[in-house]
Amino acid sequence: MRSKTFIGKIDIWLFVIYLALVTIGLLSIYAAAFNADHPHIWDFSQNYGKQLVFIGVSMLVGFVILLIDATVFNAFAYVIYGLSLLSLLLVLVIGSKISGSTSWIQLGPISFQPSEFAKFGTALALAHYLGKLDTDLTKFKTKLTAYGIVFLPMLLILAQGDAGSASVFIIFLFVLYREGMGGRILIIGLVAATLFILSLCVSKWYVMIGLAVIYAIFLLMIDRTKKNVWLLTGILIAACAFVFSVDFAFHHVLKPHQQTRINIILGKEHDIRGVGYNLNQSMIAIGSGGFSGKGYLHGTMTKYNFVPEQHTDFIFCTVGEESGFIGCFFLIALYLALMLRIIHLAERQRSPFSRIYGYGIACIFFFHFAINIGMTIGLVPVIGIPLPFLSYGGSSLMFFSMMIFVFLKQDANRMNIL
Amino acid sequence: MIKNKINYSQRQYVIGSIFILVAIILLIKLFIIQIVDDSYKHSSENNTLRYVTQYPQRGKIYDRNGKLLVYNDAVYDLMIIPSQAKNIDTSSFCKLLNINNSTYNTYFQKAKKYSSITPSIFISQITKEEYGRIAEMLYHYPGFYFQTRSIRQYPMPIAAHTLGSIGEVTKPEMERDAYYKLGDYIGKSGIEKYYEKELRGKKGIKITVVDVHNREKERYMGGAFDTLPEPGSDIILGLDADLQTYGEYLMAGKTGSIVAIEPSTGQILAMVSSPTFDPNDLVGRGRGARYNELLNDPDKPLINRAISGTYPPGSTFKMINGLVSLESGVMTANTPYPCSGPNSSPIKCTHHHGSPVRLYDAIENSCNPYFWQAFQAMMNSHRFKDQKEAFQFWYDNVTSFGLGRACESDIPFTVSGNIPKREYYDKIYRGVWNALTIRSLSIGQGEILVTPLQLANVAAAIGNEGYFIEPHYVKNLGGASDSVIFGKHVINIKQRHFKDVKKGMQSVFEGEHGTARMSYIPGITVGGKTGTAENPHGLDHSIFMAFAPVDNPQIAIAVVVENAGFGSTWAAPIASLMIEKYIRGEITRPYLEKRVLTTNSAQ
Repeated sequence: MRSKTFIGKIDIWLFVIYLALVTIGLLSIYAAAFNADHPHIWDFSQNYGKQLVFIGVSMLVGFVILLIDATVFNAFAYVIYGLSLLSLLLVLVIGSKISGSTSWIQLGPISFQPSEFAKFGTALALAHYLGKLDTDLTKFKTKLTAYGIVFLPMLLILAQGDAGSASVFIIFLFVLYREGMGGRILIIGLVAATLFILSLCVSKWYVMIGLAVIYAIFLLMIDRTKKNVWLLTGILIAACAFVFSVDFAFHHVLKPHQQTRINIILGKEHDIRGVGYNLNQSMIAIGSGGFSGKGYLHGTMTKYNFVPEQHTDFIFCTVGEESGFIGCFFLIALYLALMLRIIHLAERQRSPFSRIYGYGIACIFFFHFAINIGMTIGLVPVIGIPLPFLSYGGSSLMFFSMMIFVFLKQDANRMNIL
Repeated sequence: MIKNKINYSQRQYVIGSIFILVAIILLIKLFIIQIVDDSYKHSSENNTLRYVTQYPQRGKIYDRNGKLLVYNDAVYDLMIIPSQAKNIDTSSFCKLLNINNSTYNTYFQKAKKYSSITPSIFISQITKEEYGRIAEMLYHYPGFYFQTRSIRQYPMPIAAHTLGSIGEVTKPEMERDAYYKLGDYIGKSGIEKYYEKELRGKKGIKITVVDVHNREKERYMGGAFDTLPEPGSDIILGLDADLQTYGEYLMAGKTGSIVAIEPSTGQILAMVSSPTFDPNDLVGRGRGARYNELLNDPDKPLINRAISGTYPPGSTFKMINGLVSLESGVMTANTPYPCSGPNSSPIKCTHHHGSPVRLYDAIENSCNPYFWQAFQAMMNSHRFKDQKEAFQFWYDNVTSFGLGRACESDIPFTVSGNIPKREYYDKIYRGVWNALTIRSLSIGQGEILVTPLQLANVAAAIGNEGYFIEPHYVKNLGGASDSVIFGKHVINIKQRHFKDVKKGMQSVFEGEHGTARMSYIPGITVGGKTGTAENPHGLDHSIFMAFAPVDNPQIAIAVVVENAGFGSTWAAPIASLMIEKYIRGEITRPYLEKRVLTTNSAQ
């Protein structure tokens, strides 16, 4: 029998990884936002001082989570989810506009980003729904409900004009896959992504001609029963509709700066002075780090504010420049360890709620990790989503921390589930 | 057990593998840019990059005939990056800059307070001569460098209020728009303010590698990340520089304003507010001091009286009242009303003429009793349920001339004046009022207040026989022809009524009793109307409105001379000279000009 205190029961590896990431985050923000006039890390007028406060508050909230009953989160999953939807609605009414999207609620000196809350709420609600004993993911109605839980907050965030945060919710498809949704969903996802990129790269008419050719080839090859022909035609129509809606969304839903970002990644625009400027500065900062980096607080690109938004979305630049490939390798390994550890722990849960929730947060971390680092090195478009635990910002740190602590509590309590 | 709960746990490996695969892809890309590809590395650690802002040329401003009104001249700003300004020999540096030690410290602290790593202006607008002397020695002082800037120059000292001025951005302005950095210039008033976005252009940036000795060594990455500044758009105004100059010449020594509009387009041809000042005064390093001087001048030269001075229109308002009564159907232009001269009641007549009078004579003689009776007839018309409904009809028609509201165009800070509302009278007379109570309105007195701009616009609307284009400054933006379109407003009064009124206005100049017959211009038909605005604070204001030629007006004008008595004495001759200057290009009546210039209006 292990120690009876909850401290003894929590998974020490996951906790240590969490602490390591938060610490690296604080040090990186200190390096990125360093102000010679305020050299102390506890100077609360500076971003690093504020981040220290955010970490303290997050830890405190985490501690409270570890103290309260583990079953609360399953029982109140829908309530928390409902509250997060409410806050998304609220932001549309009273939100304040920051760089093109209305995604912040201002409460006196505190600003709060409901989209971060919604990720947490959706992970809980999805876990609660799929974790019920009578939920059967092979049923159409169940699938529809599961999609609904995921897409409702996504649509509300899209309405704020924050396409970046909305895209995070796509990753819940992985969770559905793990819980028995046909593997087709991943293949459909992959085909959709390919069509998506193709229809942005070349004219939609070319894509549709291509689709028609493939359709003709398949029609010649397969057994032409009535059912097969209808099915194939249905797929063709769906694919064409998808291409059309992507084209429409790109030109009418995305803001011009987002279109430009995507165009640059796709190589359609070479704009190293405008939007591409950020990306190039970011890649120069990381690239100039070389094998072992320029040393902590010695990044010249960092020091002279060459990379915009470096302490928030581009925090990875600081790591890349000052600690080089070695540091990046270590950080990526740390994230991988975090995600794989969560999956590992999730698989040993007795309660389906805990398992599904674990997958939910692992996938959220994965999406943020892949997209954020990918954008700083030019692999994916510049989408403004934070790097978990490293990027400056109270809302994101708070909810990422809550995700971890709720999972730690579920795991510590797993033996009590019959 | 529920049968379909199949164990999908082997799928954890698929998901785990995707995680690992993506991590490997990220690492490969990192390996390429950090280790394999050299192009992202940059030169030695001791070099720093300097971002020098390349300021664009602010757009130039021309008058309607292509005469240059505003252009740019180069000056130099001494920039500082406080974190790089180390080991400065302060005493020699102060000597070089001609400042004392404490000034140096004040400037340094100001720059440091803004940011120690982003450049800010240390001393602004250094002349070319000084620049040459200082630049030679600047290599002794790391962290300092020069940046070229331009200031505004005005070849003609006119139209200061219209053109406006630029000045350093304030903190709230910087917070509102991230384009601006400390020390940047922004339009503060007039055209410069309204068309700031078009005029300012787009800043560029030049990145140079600077060594530890403050020497610029090379373009960073061969200039690949430099951006060229984009010059601002030029603006062509509807203003006629010659007419504006002449207007300011005529108004010198008087207090008041002139507004001239091209009726067919709504463009401002001239806008004079007197006293005025030379726009060159608000340029350069002396701007602050000179601005305060103007601000504290008891004659208030900074105020643009043409758009913010409000006056009771007096008799110039009679045409609108006439038009409303004609439109209401209670009378025609030939309906006669009696006038008993000074014995008339309740409003006396101040002119001597026969009785009864018809519309044309009434306008020509500015007969008060006629317009009171026409107003009363309209208010008592059976067409309306009661007098309040009749008043609403009057109010709607009057405001359709653009009165009682601020101008909705590129003219900033216009005031709305006042046209009283029915609710207002309900309140002050506790609901009990009629035509007699508000009789002052019939002769343009009472609560009515208009600006000279609004008055000129009324002249344009009458000249156009029933419509006007919202008055505005700009003719053409950035080269595109007629790219700016402002609203056309159609007045809901029949054109034939306008024709009748215009006929009366023409006889103001040409009739035997016309109140402006002294200002008649041989060879040019003019329709106009004198006015005298009662001024409780001193002598009455002299007012005049006119348009010419009558059949196809090219100019509509309003003139107000404060504390100058009757409209016919001052405002009418000035308006007539302006009209002749614009239409004919020369003055054929030097005696009239001489009288306007040499006789001082009552002070």
